[in-house]
Amino acid sequence: MSGVPVDPYVVPALDGVAYGLLVFVAAAGLVLCFGVAGILNLAHGTLFAIGGYTAAALLDGGWGSLALALVVGVGAATAAGALVALLLTRVGAAGHLNQALLTFGVALAGGSLLVAAFGPDDPPVRVPAALDGSVVVAGHRYAAYRLVFIVLAAVLAGLLHLAVRRTRAGMLVRAAVDDAEMVATLGVSPAVVRVGVLAAAGALAGAAGVLGAPIIGPGPDTADAVLLLSLVVVVLGGLGSMTGTLLAALAVGQIQTLGVALAPSAAPFLLFAAMAVVLAVRARGLATARRAT
Amino acid sequence: MVRLLRPTVAVAVLAGLVAAPWVVDDYTSALLARTLALGLVAVGVALLTGVAGLPTLGQTAPYAAGAYAGALVGGHLCDVGAVQVLVAGAAGAALATATLPLVLPARGVVLLMITLAVGELAVVLAGRWTSVTGGTDGLAGIAPTRPLWGLPVLTTDRARYLYTLVVVAVLVGLVLLVLRTRVGLLLRAGRDDEARLRASGHRVAAHVAGVHVAAGAIAGAAGSLLATAQQYVSPADFGFDTSALLLLGVVVGGTASVGGALVGAVLVVAARDWLFGALPGQAPLVLGLAFVVVAHLLPTARRARPPARPRPASAPLGPRPADARRPTSATGVRA
Repeated sequence: MSGVPVDPYVVPALDGVAYGLLVFVAAAGLVLCFGVAGILNLAHGTLFAIGGYTAAALLDGGWGSLALALVVGVGAATAAGALVALLLTRVGAAGHLNQALLTFGVALAGGSLLVAAFGPDDPPVRVPAALDGSVVVAGHRYAAYRLVFIVLAAVLAGLLHLAVRRTRAGMLVRAAVDDAEMVATLGVSPAVVRVGVLAAAGALAGAAGVLGAPIIGPGPDTADAVLLLSLVVVVLGGLGSMTGTLLAALAVGQIQTLGVALAPSAAPFLLFAAMAVVLAVRARGLATARRAT
Repeated sequence: MVRLLRPTVAVAVLAGLVAAPWVVDDYTSALLARTLALGLVAVGVALLTGVAGLPTLGQTAPYAAGAYAGALVGGHLCDVGAVQVLVAGAAGAALATATLPLVLPARGVVLLMITLAVGELAVVLAGRWTSVTGGTDGLAGIAPTRPLWGLPVLTTDRARYLYTLVVVAVLVGLVLLVLRTRVGLLLRAGRDDEARLRASGHRVAAHVAGVHVAAGAIAGAAGSLLATAQQYVSPADFGFDTSALLLLGVVVGGTASVGGALVGAVLVVAARDWLFGALPGQAPLVLGLAFVVVAHLLPTARRARPPARPRPASAPLGPRPADARRPTSATGVRA
């Protein structure tokens, strides 16, 4: 990189980190659903949109409204996640086709309800007044909210890692992945674990939606866009590995911002190219990913 | 009775489809032609999902590739429909071949996820690759097609509909014929017990690759029909909701039945179009609820897996092998 001036790419690179962390928090919920319950939750993007619309409706420029939006948005998305889980318990054993149909139906109906409630336009989102300005980073002006978001999302990712590795709930979740029947004999109903996981995934999507609303704003297309990004990230990350998902999310963030800045004409192909590169590196294919890291 | 019923229904459906353009107005004929093209994609979905046991949400990718290839050939090279269908089928097959490394090792939910990602990426690509696809504005004003050399060009909605119907009938007939041969048996065997088929010396990976490419070619040919019928192609034709509607149609029609998939998809898409006309505001909500209801109504009937063979009395009742638990390597959270 010696001949290329690094300077103009600082801002896209930082944007890429913010974008990547946002996608990670959203995709983490999908990894949980998928890893534990084996459910492909097509309504995941809609849960994110619930958080985004809540932020747009409640944020008025003060800190109190941010806290309120966070509580309401996470609560609503958690409830929606639990609702999906309850609907799924009746269909649960009947195969992935029915799961896909059901979660897609929830996404379609939920998206329609959101548009009916908040209108068909993309509502503006107001960040807290104290963060509305810009700060100087390495000689460049950069939106203060995005810097704070990077810190917040990193903290959230750290907490998630601790929760999965260290808490009893996290251990139960990992145990349910390894051997659901054994967990059941220990007196914990796998169905309860599953509802809990889907609700937790909803909470993650809701938190990402509220905090990320100034970055990926709410609108009728948000749900599809977030679902696609999360899917690509989960596939790139090795289908179930949290660390892999984080790395993939950061890479996708850079592709979507720095990649577009560096090679605008190639931008449409970059995500495809990333999937091809990952495949070349792991020639055996992703679905046969190794048992343990 | 049932033996007689199926051909009777098939003949009735076919007669209805042939007579349709003389009964309904031009607008409905155009809608029906588009719906038939989607029905042909659904045949590919049924081939993968029902016959070969490889659930997919990504057939819109080869469908889009075929539609753009057909439109470009029609606009710049040749207005003969047969050529367009062949080129579009080849484009769909080529796209399916390119994604083979992604889909080959995957089964079940993982495959649904990967195919959905591929399909959505293809739509994003179609929307952004402006120089070839016209971006989100799409390709408009595609020149009228002539079915074969020496025939007149198709200028009315009725003619375009009949052309679509003939191509769909020929391709579906071809699929049904091929499925009656050994190929159909091998695909079904791979769905029912892959390990056993592999153990008996069959190259299951080659079968899986073959059915993916064949379904891609079918979807590509359907794309060319869409370009001819609609004379306009845009990324909106290949969205996520299209994949889901196709899957719903295939499930409603009975996953393992190719003809059922065609009828199911045509019914579902027609219901969608009618719903959007009748209830402009609430259509997605009603449609979403319909998905939920269908998912709840169908579970037991569509479980499709044959009951496990009874064990010999002497066999120990140990943990059931293959299908007793999901392999943790396929799914699972690793921190």
